[in-house]
Amino acid sequence: MTDATLAENHAESTKTAPPERLSWDSGARRMVVLWLPLCCFLLILLFPFYWMTVTAFKPNAELYDFGRHNPFWITSPTLDHIYKLLFETAYPSWLFTTMSVAIGATFLSLLSSTLAAYAIQRLRFRGSQYVGLAIYLAYLVPPSILFIPLATTIVQFGLFDSPIALILVYPTFLVPFCTWLLIGYFKSIPYELEECALIDGATRLQILRQITLPLAIPGLISAGIFSFTLSWNEFIYALAFIQSSENKTVPVAILTELVTGDVYQWGALMAGALLGSLPVAIFYSFFVDYYVSSLTGAVKE
Amino acid sequence: MSVTAAERWIRPAKQQSALVRLFDNKAFLIIACLLPAIGLLGVFLTYPLGLGVWLAFTDTTIGRRGVFVGLENFEFLFEDPIFWNAVFYSVFYTSVATVGKFALGLWLALLLNNHLPMKSLLRAIILLPWIVPTVLSAIAFWWIYDPQFSIISWVLIETGIRETNVDFINTAWPARWSLIAANIWRGIPFVAISLLAGLQTISPSLYEAAMLDGASAWQRFRYVTFPMLLPILAIVMTFSIIFTFTDFQLVYAITRGGPVNSTHLLATLAFQRGIPGGQLGEGAAIAVSMIPFLVFATLFSYFALARRKWQQGESND
Repeated sequence: MTDATLAENHAESTKTAPPERLSWDSGARRMVVLWLPLCCFLLILLFPFYWMTVTAFKPNAELYDFGRHNPFWITSPTLDHIYKLLFETAYPSWLFTTMSVAIGATFLSLLSSTLAAYAIQRLRFRGSQYVGLAIYLAYLVPPSILFIPLATTIVQFGLFDSPIALILVYPTFLVPFCTWLLIGYFKSIPYELEECALIDGATRLQILRQITLPLAIPGLISAGIFSFTLSWNEFIYALAFIQSSENKTVPVAILTELVTGDVYQWGALMAGALLGSLPVAIFYSFFVDYYVSSLTGAVKE
Repeated sequence: MSVTAAERWIRPAKQQSALVRLFDNKAFLIIACLLPAIGLLGVFLTYPLGLGVWLAFTDTTIGRRGVFVGLENFEFLFEDPIFWNAVFYSVFYTSVATVGKFALGLWLALLLNNHLPMKSLLRAIILLPWIVPTVLSAIAFWWIYDPQFSIISWVLIETGIRETNVDFINTAWPARWSLIAANIWRGIPFVAISLLAGLQTISPSLYEAAMLDGASAWQRFRYVTFPMLLPILAIVMTFSIIFTFTDFQLVYAITRGGPVNSTHLLATLAFQRGIPGGQLGEGAAIAVSMIPFLVFATLFSYFALARRKWQQGESND
């Protein structure tokens, strides 16, 4: 980092350097203006996760006795809470439901939004931009407005209390986002490539499968990751449409099944929160760059 | 290209079956491609949206088809202090949390826009609160706000700032502020990372020009960074306002609208009346009453902020 070395050099010869560069780059100033606030931000943003982890591995004796044990550290870590969660609750089946719902919804929305984005961006037709706009507007309709009428619709379809309802409903907020993202990606693929293929006698479906899709793979991955994390995190539909314990998704189940009576089992709750967050956090860590690019790309579009 | 080569290329196209030719018909292909997306959105978004408005004017309950009752639901809500409290708290929650999120998020974005080591790792860590299921981090906040074993209380007592435990969620106003703090915590990463993307598109030559003209750091921010950031700020803010106003998870997980209904947002009140309470008509009426606020907030943030773009003579996409 040239800036860092510059800053160090300038810190010594503060008085002789040109004033404009100096006041900005001096080490002490950089420390106060940049590193101190940044560390505060990181500390605050990460503290709940640290606290979650520490609580999940603390024995109850330490958990409720701050007087004799420093709450920020664990003196005798235990796996009791994790064990209880995994073997005494239906956690594995919640995990399985969530996983299948997230994969199903992601697959369904990727399929339909790829086709829609291709039709809107590549098979230009009259009014295609209005269809694009309508799909975009659908993203602005929040689930909190829809869940009551959707619940009655789900009951009409006979899908109440079934994970299939969630797989069908999640695309309502995934499809608009993915379509918008993929339209952006398709735009970046040169149209000439498709024209060449058309001249060579390829059908439109062949073009989509063999030319456009392989080139749009980064976009597909971004959209897939976004959909997966959003479906994993979804709460209000899963809370409203699922009743039986074994069909619940992890976020709903942790809140509704582990909170029993007036005495909260904080150790088990935090273990649940930790184990419910970990899969999505690990998944995210593999694809951070795609995720960030989709987030920022969608905003910039 | 020789004639024989051209023939070899055309021939397979002639042997295609009727199905393949059908898929090569442009009109058919457009309909086939749009059908899944439009179908899903129509059945599970547009239809329920209309149904929701209809339900708001009926007295439907769970298990019984309602009849049209006109404005009765709204008249009832108009007299209901709990509803007005939810309206007040929704507006308050949204405005305070949005200001907090954008002030802190913009600050964080400006910090991240410096030359930093391990930039992508830093960015990945900062996005964590946004990735993790909101309910689960809300449960962590619930534990942090615990009346007896709150870690914040412990730190404040140990450092001698306070003598007693802080009361976070057991009385109305502290509970309101605690929820707003949790919402800001969750929203900062999204705002910061999106604004950072906006910051990185600003050309450094603008800053050089401003520096040559002798602009101070504040002036560079005020007259270069901020105006260039406005379009993206408008979009991010529109989204943020919509999803803060209709927030459900945080409040449901931490206080469930309590103590004594003081922290109900419209969404949690609609859920409480509609699903466990069974009054689908009334719940739908509460949900529908969010729509005017949303439309207003969207138009306001979008036009108030995006206006600048037209004034500069740029086309509006």
